Amino acid sequence: MNALAAGSQGFLARFEGLRDRLPGDPALRAAAAAAFRANGLPGPRDEAWKYTSLRPLAEASFHEPLVPLADCAALLARLPAIEAPRAVFVDGRFRADLSAAPPGVVLDHFAASPDFPGLARPQRDSLVALNTMLAEDGAIVTVPAGVDGGTLMLASLATDTPGRAVAFHPRHVIRLGAGARLTLIEVSVGEGSYLHNPVTEILIAEDAVLTHVRLQDEAARSFHLATLYAEIAARGTYDSFSLTLGARMARSEVHARLAGPGAATHLNAAQLLSGVQHADFTTVVRHDAPGCASRQTVKNVLAGRSRGVFQGRIEVARIAQKTDGYQMNQALLLSPDAEIDCKPELEIFADDVKCSHGATVGELDPAQIFYLRSRGVPEAQARAMLVRAFLESALDAVSHVQARAALDHAVTLWWERQAA
Amino acid sequence: MGALLQIAGLTAGIDGREILTGIDLDVPAGEVHAVMGPNGSGKSTLSYVLAGREDYAVTGGSVRFGGADLLAMAPEERAAAGLFLAFQYPVELPGVGNANFLRTALNAIRRARGEPELDAVNFLKLARAETKRLSMPDDMLKRNVNVGFSGGEKKRNEVLQMALLRPRLAILDETDSGLDIDALKIVADGVNAQRGPEFAALVITHYQRLLDYIVPDRVHVLIGGRIVRSGGPELAHELEASGYAGLAEAA
Repeated sequence: MNALAAGSQGFLARFEGLRDRLPGDPALRAAAAAAFRANGLPGPRDEAWKYTSLRPLAEASFHEPLVPLADCAALLARLPAIEAPRAVFVDGRFRADLSAAPPGVVLDHFAASPDFPGLARPQRDSLVALNTMLAEDGAIVTVPAGVDGGTLMLASLATDTPGRAVAFHPRHVIRLGAGARLTLIEVSVGEGSYLHNPVTEILIAEDAVLTHVRLQDEAARSFHLATLYAEIAARGTYDSFSLTLGARMARSEVHARLAGPGAATHLNAAQLLSGVQHADFTTVVRHDAPGCASRQTVKNVLAGRSRGVFQGRIEVARIAQKTDGYQMNQALLLSPDAEIDCKPELEIFADDVKCSHGATVGELDPAQIFYLRSRGVPEAQARAMLVRAFLESALDAVSHVQARAALDHAVTLWWERQAA
Repeated sequence: MGALLQIAGLTAGIDGREILTGIDLDVPAGEVHAVMGPNGSGKSTLSYVLAGREDYAVTGGSVRFGGADLLAMAPEERAAAGLFLAFQYPVELPGVGNANFLRTALNAIRRARGEPELDAVNFLKLARAETKRLSMPDDMLKRNVNVGFSGGEKKRNEVLQMALLRPRLAILDETDSGLDIDALKIVADGVNAQRGPEFAALVITHYQRLLDYIVPDRVHVLIGGRIVRSGGPELAHELEASGYAGLAEAA
């Protein structure tokens, strides 16, 4: 048995022990388990996983999270100071005592109201099969039609259990009714060694707007493997930005389907990596209706021996005339040992479309560093300023003032950690 | 203590090619000296070596600045010690706001000198006063450093930095190139405003024109990587009339 197959055995055993107690449709669980048993963890022969190997995950073993005994004050203190209600999950479990909903927004949780809207595809995506098989809790957020839900923070805190790596598989569902609005600020932090494997399904009705800002600042020894599906109806918008700073291995996979005319999505991201970190941002945007727009600016800043991956696929169906697709990937390599892999893919079946993509890879410009130093700015600070400048155009996509400030602050802390 | 800047037998080059072949030059505090010379004589190399650009290698000689060994200092230490280079080609910094850049530079230098840092409000007051003096529109503080600036705006931005950082020695590397006469006057006024017993300047230029507005105490002619002649301000006029040809032979 190879390592990847061995790695899936532990999860399957856990399913067998848990299956009678899992919330929701047992048939769905069983089907997901069958898919996971058949396909295992994705391996190097899977085209979508060509640049990201799950071997380190397969070689680790994970336990069930113990019922958290509440002391997560230190982790709560790490959440950005944003004046908004929070939905807090500790080791994947909803904490009603720490959570509240913004006015007009219905906040429920998966353990109490299991919900499988059907966007996720466990038959195709193995980590989603794993999640579907084992999900125990998650946020179920509903913004009724016409309601401006303001801002909600969705926080995942992972506590450290020494000598006991835990795995949790949250299942989140976000629904916006026609014309509804919400800013969702999702923050993942933690301590110790764990696997955080969330699946998020997002349904955006006509004219609704979801702004989704993600800050992934997981523990240095953790795995963060997130899969997100969004379906956007006519004139709706899914506007997202992901900042990846943490985890030894991270993958954020986004499947966005523009399902109605005039829908739009922004899948912007920045990944700041150092040491031996590996982070993968993989997106599939499907244009299934005419007159839709998709925009992506993805920036990687790679130090040490880190490795960044960006895979961006744009699919344009025959019906999706007047599609406007744009994708830009830029990488800044701060070390000769850092590496970026970038794979843009366009698959276009309509004839009247505008799709462009580009990629650049570079280093900091010595002339710019010298200019700053000649003005008295010490070299480390000069480099930090230039990295910030590189990120600026990506971060500028975040218009929510407090979220933007939180991201800036996180980048500053990241830089201070590098300098330390 | 001798002159503020003392250069003795300085040889330097880039990529194994020697460009400065033995510079001897003293600039006392409070004086403005001009260095004139034809293209390729080593004018810009001299300015870069003094500012500490790492791709230039110093192969011999010494430079003392305020009594200290300038060549042993990092570029940022030279700036903190009071040396300022106005670049011939100011560098664009996309994504870096000009005000943020100026305040970061000013505070880095203040910190290195053990002075308190300026907060944003006090900094902006100071910067607005200086931009006004240099006839610069306020929005130049908001724009990214030198990005989309015209040639004249870039040079004015250099003079603005000089005015804020208040160096003991400013090296102006071809600050007149690409300037129309109005911009030239503004830049010259900016430099002249700094003049005093605590300010010295090394004005590097190909043409005499700038020296009509920044009248130097001394003029040095740089040819083939060394100073071949020094004199008073009248030397600049002589060069304007007769060119560098005669001096090149003498060298």
